[in-house]
Amino acid sequence: MRANCWYGKTMVSVSDVPDPQILNQRDAIVKITSTAICGSDLHLYNHFIPTMKSGDILGHEFMGEVVELGREVTNLKVGDRVVVPFPIACGRCFFCKEQMFSLCENSNPNAWMAEKMFGHSPAGIFGYSHLTGGYAGGQAEYARVPFADVGPIKVPDHLSDEQVLFLSDIFPTGYMGAEMCDIKPGDTIAIWGCGPVGQFSIRSAFLLGAERVIAIDQVPERLQMAEDGGAETINYEEQNVYEALMEMTGGRGPDACIDDVGMEAHGPTAIFAYDRLKQAAGLETDRPHALREAIMCCRNGGIVSVIGVYGGFVDKFPLGSLMNRSLTIKSGQAHVQRYMRPLLQMIENGDIDPSFVITHRMSLEDAPRGYDMFKNKKDNCIKVVLKPDWDRTNGANGRDESYTVVH
Amino acid sequence: MSTNQQTGTFDLGEASSVSELELQAPQSRGANYSVERARPGLPSSSAKRLAKGLGWFSIGLGLAELLAPRAIANISGVSNKHTGLIRLYGLREIGAGITIFAQEKPTEGVWSRVVGDAIDLASLGVAATNPNAKLGRVAFATANVLAVTALDVVCAMQLSSSTNRGIQAKGSCFINLPPEEVYSFWRNFENLPRFMRHLESVRDLGDGRSHWKAKGPAGTEVEWHATIIADVPNEVITWRSLEGSDVDNAGAVRFERAAGNRGTILKVNLEYNPVGGVLGAAVAKLFGEEPEQQLDDDLRRFKQVLEVGEVVVSDATLLGTGYTAQRPGQPASAKELESAEMLPSETATNYGSEGRYTER
Repeated sequence: MRANCWYGKTMVSVSDVPDPQILNQRDAIVKITSTAICGSDLHLYNHFIPTMKSGDILGHEFMGEVVELGREVTNLKVGDRVVVPFPIACGRCFFCKEQMFSLCENSNPNAWMAEKMFGHSPAGIFGYSHLTGGYAGGQAEYARVPFADVGPIKVPDHLSDEQVLFLSDIFPTGYMGAEMCDIKPGDTIAIWGCGPVGQFSIRSAFLLGAERVIAIDQVPERLQMAEDGGAETINYEEQNVYEALMEMTGGRGPDACIDDVGMEAHGPTAIFAYDRLKQAAGLETDRPHALREAIMCCRNGGIVSVIGVYGGFVDKFPLGSLMNRSLTIKSGQAHVQRYMRPLLQMIENGDIDPSFVITHRMSLEDAPRGYDMFKNKKDNCIKVVLKPDWDRTNGANGRDESYTVVH
Repeated sequence: MSTNQQTGTFDLGEASSVSELELQAPQSRGANYSVERARPGLPSSSAKRLAKGLGWFSIGLGLAELLAPRAIANISGVSNKHTGLIRLYGLREIGAGITIFAQEKPTEGVWSRVVGDAIDLASLGVAATNPNAKLGRVAFATANVLAVTALDVVCAMQLSSSTNRGIQAKGSCFINLPPEEVYSFWRNFENLPRFMRHLESVRDLGDGRSHWKAKGPAGTEVEWHATIIADVPNEVITWRSLEGSDVDNAGAVRFERAAGNRGTILKVNLEYNPVGGVLGAAVAKLFGEEPEQQLDDDLRRFKQVLEVGEVVVSDATLLGTGYTAQRPGQPASAKELESAEMLPSETATNYGSEGRYTER
């Protein structure tokens, strides 16, 4: 089959690899119809996450049709159309039973690597380095899906791939980011990062009852999309974020802050340069600018929700601000399996149509170009969907003309 | 020995080698039985801790002798004309300290301290004959050196006596099932090759005896007979190999009911004399065969077999989980699958819907 493989820093290429096979009795083989490039794939692409190996297939946001089942999977049939959650979870360990699926104790055979880095291991993840298991990813024609009786969710035929694909990661991730804020009616939520996950946090915060959402970014088309979703916006290149937020909230600060940025934050020149230098020298692995700012801006006693991905260690962490002002930090890789059914229901009810975030559609064969466009935000790229059966004559960039950017 | 309520003591710590265990026949002690004592092999750790303390003492005293020889002479009541000599002794102390910290097992370092103690005592003896010596202070210093000498000798002897101890590994894991189920799965030794990557087969010969076959280093195969020493249902099993084994080994596995009835905390201690001795073990380590790492991996697979029903594999770990064994995260070809060490299908138990294992 064809699959998008990683061969080194910013080097990906679509290659011929063997077809996947059933290895465990609870596996399914899924023929992929749609798969997306995630912001966290860029951390792998840029090689900020260790334990990648040349030839790793990337991709953890995918859906398709079940073509083969292990004999222990009884809740699915060959031919079912399913969306696959990115964390791999057994459904039987302590954490799965507590609904904390991204912490499954049994799905990461390379747990020892994660234990060295993190102290304990999180769950395995598709196509996401060897320290989360070394599973082949979903930017391919087929994928082996372990624990198919727990993860994949059947989707109704009247919903298109693009409406349900993001149940695999970014919609539940953005939603959990907002849910961790314990939103009460009348709350003001500030959100750092207007990438795809940030966009879903904005809409989820409103769905959960927030009255005001303030979104922070610097990319005009992303700020525009945030405003389309009902948020007020701050362009950090034009305004001092702290001052702007304090002015907007009468000096108190937002009730909760969501970090939808993670380890490769950009920010005002001097601080960005400081973190970028330390990161390049290996003195810190992550650039936590957004998280530092979120902590400093949050109101006393508020919640800082960290859903953006971090990989290792950070520097100049404002612990004093956190402690003295009774802040609460909540975090985690999304427990996607917990959210898939209720969020699918919201899509069916018409509360939200997740396809709004897609700007580019292209063939799986064009994955390397998709990575380059997404990383460098070329052609106003916000979200790329790859389709193995995409007709490559469908426009040069697969640009979705229905979405117009207002500058 | 049967699986009935039989109790016994098992403490590798009292035997200087695995083979001596033969002499410690199980005794029925009833209520005296202590699960804690079922932990094999520990003595060298306390000696090592003592050695570390002595190492710090060496460095501290050495620095004092090197930097403030007059004060040292004054305290010991010896003439302060010998500051050069005291400085030299200081260097010797620091050297001994560094040797102790540089060695994984500081047997030589601590013995070198014993030699140094003898020199110190001799020097104090000579100093006492000097008419200028303050005898009271010299006697006080001598008493102190004697006390430290005693510690040094004890520590050095402990380290020496345990020189031939085998490789030890311990590990633990948390399993989402009651101790009764975890125990009964383990107690059927024929189940063990399902999750222990290096075991080829285990045959139960009855009467507590079993025959084991495992992969040795470099494609070799090793075999041994083992016997159960203690077997307390749902609590502990200990075993050791019999005379004439390719690999002398012993082990203990304990099953503790976790707080809040959340399952079982499993604790395993293993000890073995590796094939090819210490050199063989060092070579094995080079190839990523770290004993504790191996045990951890085996326990993770044990948990998977019990909780999930089979060993969980990813594309990268089909040939093993070590750094060198990792494949890229992409599907294996049919040929690669054939060479996989352990396929999940060989490990599977058939799971019922209620999440309990059943025999295949």
